[in-house]
Amino acid sequence: MTHSSAAHLIRGARLTGRDPADILIRDGVIAEVGPGLSAPDARVVEADGLIALPGLVDLHTHLREPGREDAETVASGARAAAAGGYTAVHAMANTDPVADTAGVVEQVWRLGRESGHCDVQPVGAVTRGLAGERLAELGAMAESAAAVRVFSDDGMCVSDPLLMRRALEYVKAFDGVVAQHAQDPRLTEGAQMNEGVVSDRLGLAGWPAVAEEAIIARDCLLTEHVGSRLHVCHVSTKGSVQILRWAKSRGCDVTAEVTPHHLLLTDDLAESYDPIYKVNPPLRTAEDVQALREALADGTIDCVATDHAPHPAEAKETEWATAAMGMLGLETALSIVQHTMVDTGLLDWAGVAERMSAAPARIGRLSGHGRPIAPGEPANVTLYEADTAWEVDPAALASKSANTPYRGMRLPGRVTATFLRGTPTVLDGKIQ
Amino acid sequence: MRHLLSTGDLSRDEATLVLDTAAELAQVSGRSVKKLPTLRGRTVVNLFYEDSTRTRTSFELAAKRLSADVINFSAKGSSVSKGESLKDTALTLQAMGADGVVVRHPASGAAHRLAGWVDGAVLNAGDGTHEHPTQALLDAYTMRARTGRVEGLRVAVVGDVLHSRVARSNVLLLHTLGAEVTLVAPPTLMPVSVHTWPCAVSYDLDAVLPKTDVVMLLRVQAERMQNAFFPTAREYSRRYGLDRDRLARLPDHAIVMHPGPMVRGMEISAEVADSARSTISEQVANGVSVRMAALYLLLGGS
Amino acid sequence: MCARKRAESDAEASPAADPTAPGAQTARTVLDGPEIQRALTRIAHEVLERTKGAHDVTLLGIPSRGVPLARRLAERVEQVEGRAVPWGSLDITMYRDDLRLAPARALGRTEIPPQGVDGRVVVLVDDVLFSGRTVRAALDALNDIGRPRAVQLAILVDRGHRELPIRADYVGKNLPTSLRESVDVRLAELDGRDAVLLGPARPRPGEEDDR
Ligand SMILES: [Zn+2]
Repeated sequence: MTHSSAAHLIRGARLTGRDPADILIRDGVIAEVGPGLSAPDARVVEADGLIALPGLVDLHTHLREPGREDAETVASGARAAAAGGYTAVHAMANTDPVADTAGVVEQVWRLGRESGHCDVQPVGAVTRGLAGERLAELGAMAESAAAVRVFSDDGMCVSDPLLMRRALEYVKAFDGVVAQHAQDPRLTEGAQMNEGVVSDRLGLAGWPAVAEEAIIARDCLLTEHVGSRLHVCHVSTKGSVQILRWAKSRGCDVTAEVTPHHLLLTDDLAESYDPIYKVNPPLRTAEDVQALREALADGTIDCVATDHAPHPAEAKETEWATAAMGMLGLETALSIVQHTMVDTGLLDWAGVAERMSAAPARIGRLSGHGRPIAPGEPANVTLYEADTAWEVDPAALASKSANTPYRGMRLPGRVTATFLRGTPTVLDGKIQ
Repeated sequence: MRHLLSTGDLSRDEATLVLDTAAELAQVSGRSVKKLPTLRGRTVVNLFYEDSTRTRTSFELAAKRLSADVINFSAKGSSVSKGESLKDTALTLQAMGADGVVVRHPASGAAHRLAGWVDGAVLNAGDGTHEHPTQALLDAYTMRARTGRVEGLRVAVVGDVLHSRVARSNVLLLHTLGAEVTLVAPPTLMPVSVHTWPCAVSYDLDAVLPKTDVVMLLRVQAERMQNAFFPTAREYSRRYGLDRDRLARLPDHAIVMHPGPMVRGMEISAEVADSARSTISEQVANGVSVRMAALYLLLGGS
Repeated sequence: MCARKRAESDAEASPAADPTAPGAQTARTVLDGPEIQRALTRIAHEVLERTKGAHDVTLLGIPSRGVPLARRLAERVEQVEGRAVPWGSLDITMYRDDLRLAPARALGRTEIPPQGVDGRVVVLVDDVLFSGRTVRAALDALNDIGRPRAVQLAILVDRGHRELPIRADYVGKNLPTSLRESVDVRLAELDGRDAVLLGPARPRPGEEDDR
């Protein structure tokens, strides 16, 4: 990070895809935006043909530290995030120990600060040990140095309706949000993949869409009833989209995210029995994928979240049933969104900025992120070359793990630079 | 075809070839020298992660009748039970020079995974709730031996279809061979997308029996009750068990099959299991011939 | 399961028989139908003579074309002696020494007459004797079925080029050939007509057939 204090003049970038302009970054903030800027002391970043986006924000990242540092650390995850154009990520609470106390969330937050590649905002567990029995000390985590606002038992569903109601009520006191991993546990006992034609043929225990949809419907009603704020993690089915649309139309304060992989991949990939495609929630059908894309386009789904879930090789080089669930996402997310949403005409770059930066920052109450690229704003900027393509090589990713489902695929677009409060974390496509 | 993983991979000609080959090889068990030199110098590994003396012995006998060297690698008392991964075991088998691996595993798709890790031929001897191809082949063989044909046969497969690898393999194979399959089970034991399968579906065994040439009963594990698949063993048996009264509803020529092991009194009454209609002991004998055929066709050539 | 169909492997021999196929012009008939019939009649008589009335004889044809030849010989013996001679077929596929050189082959039929082979004079019958490897395999196969008193060999065409110490007891026609030639036997039961054709050798990758 040799250029941390230097000023940078980004020349000719198209702001969220519009007309080219120069961006002068000084002292961690955006000093000026406009055509033909000059600053003799600034390092010039040629951005002709590049798209400038506000630094991306991920609401849903698994960094594995503490506990599984062999799969990912806060530092390696933050590098992967920077490489993917992110300036802030929310680190999920299902670490070991679980991030259910002020002590653990502060540890994670500090590790993120030390890494310097990306802001790491811890998510606090809703229940102690993710056990779904008793509330964790939500207030203490909110008041800690990490200032936790997003609470989630992700990986586990807060399935007890009474406990969910209490959590939703309780977080109102500090403007928190409960991010629900919607999965009815009884309906998904032993579940391996989306329940349907493919699971029946493969003899893999089915994971019915209703297990997700029933929880979302219930939680929307609870949220409306207690006047709180609900966020739905990784929406994966068409039915969920319809329920969310209905809940929003009633004025329910619910937001939702979709993962890049659910915007692209379908359950028939499981026919290889390669658990690289095993993920929670499972890959669904083409019809679901289409519904999710449309929902992201029309705002029923508010944002894209990666659910970046690193796993060591041995957790995937096994038979399907014993393999770990989850896939990498940080370094491919923007390319997948371009491929599924922009190149299909469903979303423009301003829409991408909203779905991948502004909305997640708003939901997570990160005031320093997701801001427009305008004078006086924190200089969190991502430069992206849309008119290129690259082949995904798992070994070349910054993540410590290699479990990407896109191995060998050609994806459009590459992040060429990421600035975190004026400091380049990625420059010329290389992590700094 | 390099492996036998699913009956869905077999064309009609290929499936018929297996049955024809098995019919020729069946003669060997009637000879004084019950051995052929065909697989001399070839190594077949039986890799069994589930206890199944019946299937393992059948494969072992089949391989030995073809003069292959047979190594039994069972989950008990080996590195397998000490938590070695399937992949590491596969690499070990590879290093041993296994020409063929017969694998039984509780996880669906385990045979597919193994096929990606070893050079030798992989024979799926049952993977989770997915498939059990040689069982379906021996069932089809038995039907053909008893009735003279498979095409046009009306076959009712009765029982826990949802969890049955035998049902999956049979539906695919019998469809390929031109039989008309009807699955019969309580709706809880049917896959949700069963209407997309190449077969008919019924919840009413009594209605199906008179129009049936072959009844194939699947094992129903009593522990399914705990997950509310059916209320009691008694109710299951009353609605779907094959007893003497139901046997009487079958056409006179119809046969009764069971892949074993049977739960007498649950899906089949002892009386029916031991009746002349029952092919249960033939199925065991035919299993060896069919497995010889599969081993020969996979390992006998270049 | 890439077993080659039996019909398919036989079909390999058909171009010479098919006048429209390439190479048909160069294949010539060395035995026609009546000549084949006469050769079989002569062999039948020789069998009767050598086995003193063929009382203990069992004829076993080697699939594919040895089988109809065995049946024809049995018919001729019966015509002469007025007594049926047991005949059957003996598939040698599982005993071949070249199995690994080609995809697994479909099996031919083995049908041993009810009398079995123990104590019998078994006459193996095949269409062409070439390297001798088929007969070697047949002897092995026979050995696993029982213990004949004697084994003899009847052949429609002996084309030479033996690779094993094997000779025929009864020969329809000795036909000196070059290795660049192939001998194709057509029989009415399988091919619609009787003929023995000599044509240019076709590449038979990995296959050492007695043709
Ligand atoms: Zn989750």
